[in-house]
This record gives sequence, structure tokens and C-alpha cells, in this order.
Amino acid sequence: MNSPVPAPTPSAALPALPAWFTSRQQAAWSRYLAIPTPKRGDEMWRFSNIKQLDFTGFSRSTGVPAVKEDGATSLSPHEKTGILPVIPDRQDACLPLDLIARSSGLEDTAAKLIFINETLVHSQSSLPAGVLCLSLAEALVSHSALVETHFMKQEPRLGSAKFAALHEASVVNGVFVHVPDDVEVAHPIEIHHWLAGSNTLIFPHTLVVTGRHAKVRVVEMFRSADDLQPGLAIAFNDLAAGPGSKLDYVAIQAFNELSRVIQINETAAARDATTTGFVLNTGAAWARNESLSRLEGPGARSDMLSVSIAAHAQEYDQRTFQHHVSPGAFSDLLYKNLLYDFAGTIFSGLISVDEGAHHTDAYQTCRNLLMSDTCEANSMPGLEINADQVKCSHGSTSSQISEEEIFYLRARGIDSAAARQLIARGFSIEVLARLGDEPLESLVIGFMDEKFASIAKASN
Amino acid sequence: MSLHIHDLRATLEDGTEILKGVTLDIPKGEVHAIMGPNGSGKSTLSKVIAGHEGYLVTGGSVTLDGQDIFSMSIDERSRAGIFLAFQYPSEVPGVSNANFIRAALQARLPQGEELDAVAYYHRLYAKMDLLEIDRKFTARSVNEGFSGGEKKRNEVLQLMMLEPLYGILDETDSGLDIDALKIVAKGVNAMRAPHRGFLLITHYQRLLDYIKPDYVHVMAEGRIVRSGGPELAHELEKDGYEFLKDLAPA
Repeated sequence: MNSPVPAPTPSAALPALPAWFTSRQQAAWSRYLAIPTPKRGDEMWRFSNIKQLDFTGFSRSTGVPAVKEDGATSLSPHEKTGILPVIPDRQDACLPLDLIARSSGLEDTAAKLIFINETLVHSQSSLPAGVLCLSLAEALVSHSALVETHFMKQEPRLGSAKFAALHEASVVNGVFVHVPDDVEVAHPIEIHHWLAGSNTLIFPHTLVVTGRHAKVRVVEMFRSADDLQPGLAIAFNDLAAGPGSKLDYVAIQAFNELSRVIQINETAAARDATTTGFVLNTGAAWARNESLSRLEGPGARSDMLSVSIAAHAQEYDQRTFQHHVSPGAFSDLLYKNLLYDFAGTIFSGLISVDEGAHHTDAYQTCRNLLMSDTCEANSMPGLEINADQVKCSHGSTSSQISEEEIFYLRARGIDSAAARQLIARGFSIEVLARLGDEPLESLVIGFMDEKFASIAKASN
Repeated sequence: MSLHIHDLRATLEDGTEILKGVTLDIPKGEVHAIMGPNGSGKSTLSKVIAGHEGYLVTGGSVTLDGQDIFSMSIDERSRAGIFLAFQYPSEVPGVSNANFIRAALQARLPQGEELDAVAYYHRLYAKMDLLEIDRKFTARSVNEGFSGGEKKRNEVLQLMMLEPLYGILDETDSGLDIDALKIVAKGVNAMRAPHRGFLLITHYQRLLDYIKPDYVHVMAEGRIVRSGGPELAHELEKDGYEFLKDLAPA
């Protein structure tokens, strides 16, 4: 047994959280208790493995050993979060330094933040004047009104209302990004989340707000400190794109294969705003993604993208909602799943065009490439149209690699395993190309290749 | 040293016999052409040599410089020096031509050795220039959205990059206009060498005006029924395959 880690005590130095936030947390907790746990037969959980929702045994992280980057230990509250550090024991003393060192990503970033569980352990930035990029814990105190305006505004409607309530009741930290009118952030803001310890539960929250004609791209990477300890993340990303702005969000989920994750994305696009959301799933035993895009003004555009590589007995359960509230908006969803071994994926997508949302263009495509005879892909595309002069399409396909294609590659000397990997990688590239950013594509491909290598290793 | 085909018999999965005892010797340095009507088994011969799994070899042998190729997998045959230029090359979405050819070359290197990227592109561009292929081609997905001519040029580019011991070209001339045909022939002729043999499979004599064969064979109903010099191709062009009727097989 590990020695018990002292829990972080609320420090006297910790500024009080705003009243609106604490009362929302209390209300959310009541809501969490009131909403029944999803059960087999619920439409929103069709095909889902409900057993994964038993979170018994997981508990909140108790902080991380505080070691500054120069290696010195510190016992003062963290300068930004105010969270009191835990006295490092010998075993864990090097963990933060190790994880900071492992937090490699893009070469050019406007800001880089590293969290271990819910503690911000590293932060650097070179942002244009006026741009806010800080921990949520800090923003709740320093920019309370601004956070309140945008924090968890939309109704979760894709099945995880209970877990969204748990998240809201429990969230202590995350990232708040605010880009004021007419400011463009040239390089991405990069956020690393490390899940550390055994049976640790975290509630990462990322709130990104862009003003009129602002531009920003946020890239988040979710990983486990090691491969042997299960963890649970109930993550929320909240994106509010102001008029004419451009907001891109990329999430790379590469937790270890013992962990579970619920990730809820809510995007609101105002008039002429362009939003892109991309999710890569390579990790976790089970991941549930709920992604909702709300087109709130004419000319708004939402691109919803995902690549999932499910192997072994992994399960990815994705639910999407393209909500056209305003006339004259555009949404385009492309999800691609690669399935190996006994893996399973679920895609359930709905395009909903409200009454009066005329001249809507909405598209939805889900493609599954089945790499084994024992995997299972379920797709449930859907449309609800209550307006006129609407262009909508949805389609879902599942296929296997054609024997002729494999023969062609092998006839060039490429062995069967390498040929299948080339084809699988190629299958996903179409989605990545939509990001239109080569360094970012390379970063994502790096995570994909790591997964392909682990699949190849397991099959040898 | 040759690609030696001896009494080769092969059937489809349903048991239909397509190759009924083909014997042919292609020594290094020579170009052999096989002509024949549709359905004579020409393309099947090329696929069986390459290792296509849709056919079952029921008899005979094929040896590459004395080595039995039926003991090798598809990719091993390629690495051992057999190259098949496909009549209908597959599309490989999302895999760029440059990465595809690179993967094929990488597969020929010993484990742990990396292809020199600079030298690779240098060589690739030189071959592309010879085949009048635009530089943008390297980033395009393999054969995706290619015209017939582009696909065939791509096959010849791969032939030039992989430098096999034996090149088998399956109807590389089909679907090509005269200009594209000349370019493709230029590529193949550039690869003719004393250490390399070629088997050209074609329906028309036209290709052989640009790639001069040393020998011409006629295939019909799964067998080689006539062999001769280049003049045989002209004879066939003039008289067609009518004479086959007189060779009613047993």
C-alpha cells in the first residue's frame, strides 16, 4: 500500500471563489444527485457499455508533489492557483519534472500550460496584449464576471447531463482563454494534462472565448503519467466564438488503456464565426465524446472532425449534435474510425435545423474502416429539419481494406502489416488535412503513429 | 540467369483453369512480349507470377535466377526483384506518392537502416523529369483521381525507382494516347539493361513500335502457341489472331 498522501488544505491565502460560482456548484451537485444514472435502453446511450459508468473506486486527486523546475521543493502555495503543494515523498519527487520534460508538442506556441491532475505546474506565454490565458482557478477570482458570462452556458443534451452536473459541481481548475476583438493569436495555445496516481479522478475544464474578428487555436493533450494506473477524466471544453472570429480547438486523447474519459464539447458560433473542433482518440479503455455545435448567427461555420483508432478491447462512444438555430449557417462533420481486434465504436450524430433556420447547409459523414473481423462499429446518423431551402446530407459507411489495394502495396515489396498501416493512416489523413496546419497535422500524426506501433507490437 | 516459367498451370478459386501449361524463359538483358486475344490468360500469367491470391497454382514452376518464387510471399517476390506494372493500379487514398515509393524502398533496407531522404528526392525528381511528371505529383494520393495516362506513368516511375531484376508490364499501353505512350516507352527503354529482363503483355502491336522486343510470343487459351522475333508482332497486326482457329487445342 502507498502511504496516504496529505490532502491539500484550503490555504488562508486562497482567495474566495465568487458567490455565483459556489452557488452554481451547489445547484449542480443537487442536479447531479437528482438526475438518474443512464441505463440500458436510454436512447442517448444506445449500444453503450453502461458498465463503464460505474465510477466506484475513483477519487479526486490530492495534488502533486511540488518541485520547482530548478529541482528545489517548495512549500508555499502555488503562485497562480493558490493550491498548497503536497510534501514530496521520495518516490514521487521527480514526477513533475519528468512530466514537464515529457510535455513535448508543437515547436511554435503562443502559450504552454502543463497540468498534473488539476494542478498547474508549468506555464509560459508570449501572447499579444489583451489576451487572457490563465488557469481557471485564477480567472474565477481575477475575471469572475467574464468567466460567468461564458461558463457552461448550453444545456447538455447528448446524454451526459448527469456527468456535466458532476463536472460543474466539482471543477476546481482548467484553462480560461479570452481573445479580445480584432486580436489574432498567431501560434496555438498548447495545454498538457497528465493524469497521475492510481484511480485518480480529474475534471479538466477549458473555456475559450473569442471577441469580434479575433483568432485563436487551442491544442490540448490528455495523457497518463504511466501505463499501469487507471484514471478517470470528466472533461469539458466550452468554446464561444464571437462574431467573425475564428476559433479552432484540437483535443488529443491519449490516456493509458486502463483509463476512462467523458469529454463534453460545447461550441457556440456567432454570426460569421468559424469554428473547428477536432478530437483524436488513441487512448483510454473507454471514451465517451459528446460534441455539440450551435450555429447562432448567419454565416457561422462549424467543422466537427474526429479520428479514432480503437484497438484491443477499446470502446469509443461518440455523440454529436449540429444545432442550426440561425438561418444561413454551415456545419460539416467528418468522423473517421479505425477499428482493430475486438474494439468497438459508436457514432450517433444528429443535424437539427430549427424552425426559421432557412438556407442551412449541414453535412455529416462517419466512416469506419474495419481492420479485423471481430470489431464492431455502430453508426446512427440522423436529421431533423424544420426549415425550408435547406441543404443537408448525412452518410455513414463501414468497410474493410480491399484485397486488391493490399496486393498492390505488397507487390511493391511492402509487407502485409506495413501495407495495412499505410492504408489505415491514409484513411485518416483526409480529416487531418482539414486542420490546414502542417505542424499540427504532424503532431497528431505522431500520436497516431505511436498507436499504430503499439498495435503492430501487440500483434507480433 | 533468367525468369523461368515452366509448365505453369493455375486456376481461379472456383477451379476454372486459366493457365494450362505455360513455358517461357526470359533471360536477363532480353525483352519478351506476349500478345494474344482477350481472355487468353496473359494478365493472369503476370498476376500469378506476382503472387495474386485470387489464383491457385496447380502445377509447374517459376524460378527467379534459379530461386523458386512460389515459396515466397507477394512482398518477398517484389523485394527479390520482380516488378509488376499493373493494368489497373489501385488507388490508395491519403498516402502520397512520395511516401508510397519511399515505403517501398524502405522495405528493401535492412532493419534499422533509414532511407536517405535527400538522395531519395533527388533521384525521384530526376525520374519524374524524364517521365514529364509534374512536381505536385509527389504530394498527391497514390493514383487517386489520376487519368489513365497518369496511372501508367506512375507505374513506370515506380519501376524506375525500384530497379527490379525483371519487369512485367501488364497492358501498360492500354488507355494511352500516342504522346503518353512515347513517354512511358522512354522510361522503360531507359531501364533496359544487360542485368534486367522484361516481359511486356499487350494486346496491340503499337507498344512494340516504341519498345522493341527481342522475342514475341502469342498466347491463347492459357498456352504459348507461337513464338518468334519482332516480325511476328507485325504479322499479327496485319492478319489478326485468325490463325488461332487452326490451332484448335486438344
